[in-house]
Amino acid sequence: MRIPISALIGLVLTGTFLFVAIFAQWIAPYPIRDVSGGQWEGPSAQFWLGTDTIGRDILSRLIYGAQITIFVALASSVLAFSLGAFLGFLAAVKGGWIDQVLSRIVDLVMAVPSLIVALVMLSVLPLNLTVLILVMGVLDSTRVFRLSRAVAADIAVMDYVEAAKLRGEKGTWVIFREILPNALSPLVAEFGLRFIFAVLFISTLSFLGLGIQPPLADWGGMVKENKDGLIYGKSAALLPAAAIAALAISVNLVADWILTRTSSLKGGRGG
Amino acid sequence: MHPILKLLVQRIALGLLLLLAVSAVIFLGVEALPGDTAQAILGQQATPEALANLREKMGLNEPPLTRYFQWLGGILTGDLGKALTNGADIAQSIGQRLGNTLFLAGCAAAISVPLAILLGLTAARHAGKWPDKVISGITLTTISLPEFVAAYFVIYIFTQLIPIFQPVAMVFPGMTFWAKLNAVALPVIVLVLVVLAHMMRMTRAAILNVMQSAYIETAELKGLSPMTVIWRHAFPNAIAPVVSVVMLNMAYLVVGVVVVEVVFGYNALGQYLVDHVTKRDLPVVQAVGLIFAAVYIFLNMLADIIGILANPRLRHPK
Amino acid sequence: MADPLLQIKGLVIEATSYPPGEPPKEVTLVHGVDLTLARGRVLGLIGESGAGKSTIGLSAMAYGRGGVRLTGGTIHLNGREIRLADAKALRALRGREVTYVSQSAAASFNPARQIMEQVIESSLSHGLMTKPEAEARAVALFRKLGLPNPESIGKRYPHQVSGGQLQRCMTAMALCPKPDLVIFDEPTTALDVTTQIDVLAAIKEAIRDTHVAALYITHDLAVVAQVADDIMVLRHGRMVELGETGQIIHRPTQDYTKALVSVRSLDHVEKAPAPPILQVQNLTARYRGTNFDVLKNVSVDLPVGQTLAVVGESGSGKSTLARAITGLLPPSAGRITFAGRQLSADLAGRTKDDLREIQMIYQMADTAMNPRQTVGTIIGRPLEFYFGLKGEARDRRVQELLDQIEMGKGFADRFPAELSGGQKQRVCIARALAANPKLIICDEVTSALDPLVADGILKLLLNLQAEAGVAYLFITHDLATVKAIADKIAVMFKGAVVRYGQKTDVLTPPFDDYTDLLLSSVPEMEQGWLEQVIAHRKMESAGN
Repeated sequence: MRIPISALIGLVLTGTFLFVAIFAQWIAPYPIRDVSGGQWEGPSAQFWLGTDTIGRDILSRLIYGAQITIFVALASSVLAFSLGAFLGFLAAVKGGWIDQVLSRIVDLVMAVPSLIVALVMLSVLPLNLTVLILVMGVLDSTRVFRLSRAVAADIAVMDYVEAAKLRGEKGTWVIFREILPNALSPLVAEFGLRFIFAVLFISTLSFLGLGIQPPLADWGGMVKENKDGLIYGKSAALLPAAAIAALAISVNLVADWILTRTSSLKGGRGG
Repeated sequence: MHPILKLLVQRIALGLLLLLAVSAVIFLGVEALPGDTAQAILGQQATPEALANLREKMGLNEPPLTRYFQWLGGILTGDLGKALTNGADIAQSIGQRLGNTLFLAGCAAAISVPLAILLGLTAARHAGKWPDKVISGITLTTISLPEFVAAYFVIYIFTQLIPIFQPVAMVFPGMTFWAKLNAVALPVIVLVLVVLAHMMRMTRAAILNVMQSAYIETAELKGLSPMTVIWRHAFPNAIAPVVSVVMLNMAYLVVGVVVVEVVFGYNALGQYLVDHVTKRDLPVVQAVGLIFAAVYIFLNMLADIIGILANPRLRHPK
Repeated sequence: MADPLLQIKGLVIEATSYPPGEPPKEVTLVHGVDLTLARGRVLGLIGESGAGKSTIGLSAMAYGRGGVRLTGGTIHLNGREIRLADAKALRALRGREVTYVSQSAAASFNPARQIMEQVIESSLSHGLMTKPEAEARAVALFRKLGLPNPESIGKRYPHQVSGGQLQRCMTAMALCPKPDLVIFDEPTTALDVTTQIDVLAAIKEAIRDTHVAALYITHDLAVVAQVADDIMVLRHGRMVELGETGQIIHRPTQDYTKALVSVRSLDHVEKAPAPPILQVQNLTARYRGTNFDVLKNVSVDLPVGQTLAVVGESGSGKSTLARAITGLLPPSAGRITFAGRQLSADLAGRTKDDLREIQMIYQMADTAMNPRQTVGTIIGRPLEFYFGLKGEARDRRVQELLDQIEMGKGFADRFPAELSGGQKQRVCIARALAANPKLIICDEVTSALDPLVADGILKLLLNLQAEAGVAYLFITHDLATVKAIADKIAVMFKGAVVRYGQKTDVLTPPFDDYTDLLLSSVPEMEQGWLEQVIAHRKMESAGN
């Protein structure tokens, strides 16, 4: 099996980001809150990427920012995924009123853009990490629900699933042995896309001041803190912005590759 | 009744029903979340008596359903209530701002739609060759950018590297149309950038899908010129999917506008919303949220309606 | 004229295939085929799937479908070499000198435009006729092809006419610009047998009256025998045999051709009556949310160890009958008795033994097997599920079953994608056998297979019946298959059984109208058969 160069770049970059996020405490040259330099200093031997709006080391904050951004995004996409996939499969296999109720609820939530729903909810809820993860996870689970329901419904009408039902197999066998193995690859690619969405979502919320609260640093919040510097030609805000873009692009490259592999698997029939 | 008319009526009824359900969720769902409006206004130090008084005054002791119907009735008659924070009439505050938001979104749509269709067509015609790959690469990048990230790159480029625009976008009543256009140039560029990628990718997919149909092969085997094949055989069948792509992305624009307005300090609905979310001013958030939801639902409904109208099987029933 | 209309020499056709998880590789579809076609002649191209017949047919327009490349040899049309011609020259000849009729007219007509517009399009774009002339010609062709309302049918949209009518419209579209050559690519394969005969007769008459030359591509020798002057037999992209139609069907020289010719001659002697294993009494059923019965008062018996063939065209209710018997579609009235006990109407109410003793084999073996399970798992699961066999005992039994279906060792670890079409269907048979059933429902099990492969499957099923005494409920639209396997026959039409009994009785006159129509519509491998049937039908309708 050959891995295309774009996917390779994506894999390496994604891996690097994950590594940095996990080992942030050991890698970052300065603690997250330390004001160690002047405002918006340029890159130097002391501060490789310069300092921010109140003189903190940007590189360190980027590294800690990777940790918190990736953690929150991962937690909410895992939540979105478990919830969405479970209910989606349930709706597809059971059908009937379970399917009707779940599908109508999802239609309703998806009838309004996620950001607007999130803003309405966050105007009431307290702002902390748990709430953010829950809100993003639940809102995003609707998309996973739609996809997994569609994928599972496609598989559920296959003759081999009917054959299993005719054999007298239980629901658990049908879901876990007949449907799930065939639904896995599109779902894996979708997980990548959901993760990107969560990264963009949390960054946007933080940028609007409604996400992760200071003094914790996430990339979206860092852009917010340093945005005024742009007017004076200080590019500190562009670094976290570039980090967001780089993470999203590299995961996108991997997901794209998984998707094309999936479709070629579907189309390919030997013999 | 003509079957197509029946479908249209059904679709519009569904849209209205959805809007009603969304309004219920925005009002009642938010009520159900942990949080107390009176507390939000008076703060943590408020005495129980003050809280009780305020609740009484605001009618918070009425059952939620009653208040919901009062709220809904108010909206239908143009009364959106008063803001908690400064007591300003919400409908009045929204009026001018809504106009500004529509102006910004309209400009972005006017540029991005034709451009996206053109690029989508180009990419589809050269599918797999270099123009397609270049366009796909660029769009993959812009899709990965959240609006505010794209915005700051654009600001940096057009105010620092090539200083030709202002980093803030101020519009006020009495400005000439031309001056307004100049003021929104940067936010429009950002919105176009963000929407374009999605729209172009989906247009390309829709057109490729049509181009792979057997009837396109039939047309080619008739010896028709490539232009005739596209114009007479591909185009009529591509209208519905492309229009639905456009509408979906207009809905996407609705969200993009919120963030972009904040970035550029553009005094319009999005910023108004975010401001009042921060201030926890629930009546404003609910009213503006409902407006955004209504626009979104309306655009999606429009996409479906055009899809129904463009379907020859529905237009010419057996 | 000295030059033949079409002369192909040493044609080589290649394509790039994309096997999953592997780098793309070049494959050769056609290895140096020669072909000559004189004006006004009809050449039949026949072969199984993968023979390259469609690919060769389209090369007469120098067209390669989906990345197929014409890489070698010469193609002369009207004396000009066209394989290397430029796009402009190709546009000038496509739709003017050569036209094309595809298998699926429904997909080949643009759904957004009226039929007339599409039929006359090439005549106009090549400047051959004025619009009124072209329309007049189209109407004349519609009439010749026996379409109803020839004056007004052109105003309709493709989805407003039936499949058989659309196939004739496509023939009119191909003939309208008065081409020298028409390529017919399986034009009747997708149609029901009673529709096929009319379309076939219409095509044949149109070819004869317009003196056009044709390449007629099909997998069905009996069909091509009706229309072709000569037949070329193809296999794996190479020519096997070329000859006049009479010679090919009566005196084939090559073994492969002989096998193709004799494939339909399998005949099965019906068994003596026996007590029933399955009794269906007054079964009536409808799908949820619909308001008409898809099964109407159906009663049939199936004797122990015998085969009941249920025959009918699409929409006759034959597959619905199978669904009702398996419990997937609970009937609204009637009863099903199996091995002396009455079966619960729906699946949930059936015992494990009820489920085990009735097994099912599907038309598409591809979708009947989980692509993520190995053959060993697929066959082994019923053993585990019904008999609790595990480990070595299970593996041994799996191998026994594989031996029974003549597949031998080394298959248990393979995935379905690694098997051929025939092997897949065999594995499905083994899975059914693993349950030790008393009845196997076979739903069109051979119709997706090439004739020789289908023949092998039928022989296997008959052998297994002789060994294991299992009964078959055999659902099919193909009467040749029925003759080959049935002991009893039920003919279904619009949800009801219109004729039922022992095979010989059912197939012996006097017939009811529908059975007569059905039986007489099955093409026979005899030149002139089509004319006889049509003449006979005209006489009968004149007599009425």
